[in-house]
Amino acid sequence: MKSFVPSSRLLRSLLPAFSLTVILIAIFYLQPRAMSYFGLNLLLNLALPIAFATLAQMCVITVNDLDLGIGAFVGFVACVGATWLNESPLLGVAVLLLCILAYAAMGALIHLRNLPSIVVTLGMSFFWLGLALLVLPTPGGKAPEWVREAMTFKAPGLPTTIYASALVALVVHFALMRSSYGAVVRGVGGNPRSVERAGWSILKAKMSMYALAGFFGVLSGISLIGLTTSADANIALRYTLLSIAGVILGGGEFVGGRISPVGAVLGAMTLTLAASFLSFLRISPDWQIGAQGAILIIVLALRVLINRTGKK
Amino acid sequence: MTAALSKHFKTVVGKPWIWAFAGAFAVWAATVLYTGGTGAGQILSAALSFATFSVIVGMGQMYVITLGPGNVDLSIPATMTFAGAVSMKIMETQDIMILPGLVIALLCGLTVGVFNYGLIRTLRIPPIIATLSSSFLVQSCAIAYGRGLKIKPPELLAEFTTAKIAGVPLLAICVIALAAVMSVVLHRTVFGRSVLAIGQNSRAAELAGVKVNFIRLATYAQSGVLAALCGYLLAGFSGGASLNMGAEYLLASIAVVVIGGTSVAGGFANLPGLWGAALFMFLLVTMLNTFGLSAGIRLLLTGVIIVGVITLAGGRRN
Repeated sequence: MKSFVPSSRLLRSLLPAFSLTVILIAIFYLQPRAMSYFGLNLLLNLALPIAFATLAQMCVITVNDLDLGIGAFVGFVACVGATWLNESPLLGVAVLLLCILAYAAMGALIHLRNLPSIVVTLGMSFFWLGLALLVLPTPGGKAPEWVREAMTFKAPGLPTTIYASALVALVVHFALMRSSYGAVVRGVGGNPRSVERAGWSILKAKMSMYALAGFFGVLSGISLIGLTTSADANIALRYTLLSIAGVILGGGEFVGGRISPVGAVLGAMTLTLAASFLSFLRISPDWQIGAQGAILIIVLALRVLINRTGKK
Repeated sequence: MTAALSKHFKTVVGKPWIWAFAGAFAVWAATVLYTGGTGAGQILSAALSFATFSVIVGMGQMYVITLGPGNVDLSIPATMTFAGAVSMKIMETQDIMILPGLVIALLCGLTVGVFNYGLIRTLRIPPIIATLSSSFLVQSCAIAYGRGLKIKPPELLAEFTTAKIAGVPLLAICVIALAAVMSVVLHRTVFGRSVLAIGQNSRAAELAGVKVNFIRLATYAQSGVLAALCGYLLAGFSGGASLNMGAEYLLASIAVVVIGGTSVAGGFANLPGLWGAALFMFLLVTMLNTFGLSAGIRLLLTGVIIVGVITLAGGRRN
């Protein structure tokens, strides 16, 4: 007879959705007025750029690396978006394409020279920040009209952010979890040697994942200026840590190519809500970062517990 | 005779740390050429002062990185800030409290280090994530504890950290001595040899009877203690603790280790290189400042040069 105790794998994949539900219920309890189209829209307003940044981080984590420069990169994209993309769209698009190529090149460099990704990406964060300051020395600029319209579009029923996040999560899920090349790149995180022996190029896999990370970084920066309407070089520096936290909350692991795109998007939304939740609780802003750390540790501890029960 | 000389030359060039010093010298020479020779001495003296702090945290980070791939301590900036804030508040500018303040700062660091390893071990998560999560907590503690206060360090401590003997910072001399001790610890003691052995092959080290868990715990604790020491001294040096005093040491602590010739894959460490790399990093910033470049170009070049140097330095031992 089969027991009805859910497998630990199922429990683990439900954990991100569970965290999101808990925090939503807590917010609705504290602030019932949030339970409306307008309230949800306000709460989840900034979730989309964070979700894109989290997906970018997840791509890098898939191949066992970590990107400590994604925040500065998103900031640079935002600066380009609020200046060149608005004034001369062709130049803007060309620069953004170059950015994605630069990310692919960074992946190649890290793989070919066997460098620690944290040092290279941390060094690159100075590079992006410097470029951003050159493009936009003082906060300002103007987001292109079409970006602003897209980001403020009001969909029927639920806030647009929710539809957009669901769509992005599903697309990435099918691209990485259900396609054959998706299995190969995840294999690079799991066992690079066997992937290489099976005839696949690790270099290519790493470059494509870094390029994908750059692509999501670009989406993050563009969607961000659609909301803020102007840009600033430091606008997204905190995204580096938020994106890592989002991947952890979403059930991604840092070795072995075990990732979950849907979880990562849910994790990003949970983090966005967590900030509002803490301010509803009137927790002093001093403890905001600490609370994020505590949430991470609690979720990681829950995961260990689930794994243990699964082994019994 | 020439054969002996060239052999000698080869052993010197073969040392990985020589490149860091060569780079530091080249950058210094370029700066001095630009200024036409003025301030050459002051620049060196300032470089020694500031490099001292990078070397202190770099030593802790170097031991951690030597443990093998994936081992890195990202909580160093938060620990520095926390220890700096706590010790300044405890000492409250009184000279008599200098030693108790130091002890408490080091205890803060020890606690963070042990907590870090506790997370790594009980949650079975990679050290990067464990130290990152705990750094959030520690940073919050530092913010909450040190809120709005800018307490000056005790006079004696401020004097000690800024004292110079014939232009050479006293603190730099002390840390050179400390680095020498740490070098001996690394190469001549059971602890240091165990760290190297774990970095080369942790499984083999365990089978050979090395207490892997205890050594790893001690290494993370040591990194915390050194970060705390650095925070304490830096707060004394710069007239008090501030909330972002550790920020730049995240990159610095890792970069000096890698540029200094320590293997990123673990198992091979290099202490003299830390000094060369730390001097190089400071002189590089000084050079870009002296050239009068804008903030954007300065940051951009810093990034390019760091990535470039690491590409050259990190890939050699493949």
